[in-house]
Amino acid sequence: MFISAIAQGFLWAILGIGIFTTYRILNFPDLTVEGSFPLGSAVAVTAIVSGIHPFVATLLAILAGMAAGLVTGLLYTKGKVPVILSGILVMSGLHSVILFVMQRPNLSLLNYPKLYDLFTGLPNYFDVIFIGLLALTLVISGLLFFFYTSKGQAYIATGDNESMARSIGIKTDNMKILGLVFANGVIALSGALIAQDNGYADVNGGIGIIVIGLASIIIAEVIFKEVTLGERLLTIVIGSVLYQLLLLAVIQLGFDTTYIRLFSSSILALFLMSPQLRKGLKLTGFSGRRE
Amino acid sequence: MEELLELKSITKIIQNESDMNNTILDHVDLTINKGDFITVLGGNGAGKSTLFNSITGSQSVTSGQIDFKEKNVTTWSEEKRARFMGRVFQDPKMGTAPRMTVEENLLLALKRGKKRPFLPRKLKEHRKYFEELCASIGNGLEDHLDTPTGHLSGGQRQSLSLLMTTLTEPDLLLLDEHTAALDPKTSKRLMALTNQMIQEKELTCLMITHRMEDALTYGNRLILMENGKVKLDLGEEEKNKLTLEDLFVLFERE
Repeated sequence: MFISAIAQGFLWAILGIGIFTTYRILNFPDLTVEGSFPLGSAVAVTAIVSGIHPFVATLLAILAGMAAGLVTGLLYTKGKVPVILSGILVMSGLHSVILFVMQRPNLSLLNYPKLYDLFTGLPNYFDVIFIGLLALTLVISGLLFFFYTSKGQAYIATGDNESMARSIGIKTDNMKILGLVFANGVIALSGALIAQDNGYADVNGGIGIIVIGLASIIIAEVIFKEVTLGERLLTIVIGSVLYQLLLLAVIQLGFDTTYIRLFSSSILALFLMSPQLRKGLKLTGFSGRRE
Repeated sequence: MEELLELKSITKIIQNESDMNNTILDHVDLTINKGDFITVLGGNGAGKSTLFNSITGSQSVTSGQIDFKEKNVTTWSEEKRARFMGRVFQDPKMGTAPRMTVEENLLLALKRGKKRPFLPRKLKEHRKYFEELCASIGNGLEDHLDTPTGHLSGGQRQSLSLLMTTLTEPDLLLLDEHTAALDPKTSKRLMALTNQMIQEKELTCLMITHRMEDALTYGNRLILMENGKVKLDLGEEEKNKLTLEDLFVLFERE
């Protein structure tokens, strides 16, 4: 159970990193997530069931997620629809797209090959950990390379100070589209990997996952302050694993799983409120935020 | 004299909550020649900032035409116009990216109007240049190259904004009350630095100010705006004859 939770943590960390590139770097919440994640699951599982190699199926899932991000990006930048609404529109629309792709509300991978079968020699769960780490390495190193290119710096500046970015000639609309496409590609990847781990895809698989992604980011930020961008990405992985272990502990304690979502939201709310709570408890002196 | 920017009958009308038309700029005609250093005076609501926003393209105009080097740029986006014009904002927070370091900000500004490819940014190669550049303005910015600009003082941030804006020697420099948010001493130093840069690099500049002394001391042309119109446009000779009392009288008349 313990190893399984860690493995799950790695897969969910990919989601956290995807959300981080928009939520923290571009500084806006992208709700497309709740649609692009199950879309990734649906595309990967449907492709595998129709005989496509799991690796190619996973790539197809990434492309589908990127397409979803592109639609949100165009609605937001060209259509001038507020970003939260753009995300909600796409998320809601994707529900139908997922049903169209799978032709049913859920699809099982029972007796079909999975990406994890590539490493059958490994003990239980370690195949998932291996693939998870591999995917994380690719995503994080790719992101770090990007952030320190000229384009990546323009991307960070867009989220940091949009009016200044525009005034020095950065095409901020293009940066936002780029971010949404990339982030939703990564999010769909995590959807594809988690579906293959679970053994099925479900049209409702995206409900509440934004909380899981945010939780890994917030836990990372509360525990590790003042870190570099690269370290921040790594701490999100730690945050994600910790969050899965926390959920595991709660289930082990005999908590009714019906209330797991309520519990997740409450944990996240507590973490988000922690600076305020500390202030209330007058604990700022020993662990207050540095200004 | 070479014409740089020409505003032809620029009008900006916005609708307020009660659907009333509010004319912010009223058929403004203005020609900026190469080498002009124009100080712009005017009370609140005279349309100075809207004039700037129309020139940079951060606000669209209701009617009229903007020509830059005899090319019609009225429909150009702000990003596209940024190739040839740079702007320093009034608010020190507005001019820099707060989470990025001083040298990262400078590198961003160095690429003004250029392609920003998916290639390593090569920060280290520019470090020496940025260090000398920051040292040249003498307020210790060179010791903070690795500091996020959000941690700098207002004065340091504004001088960094000025550096970033003049780095690539834009054809037109727009200063929007860039010393207004600073304490008197810092503000004076920044203004002297600004003037020095404009003279050295022979920049064409438009500067909004509320300090009448500055409007008189600096620049070779002065315009006074009132109710969305250019009320007064004084050339170098007339401006030199102007005294502070004259300016106060002009303002009183409003």
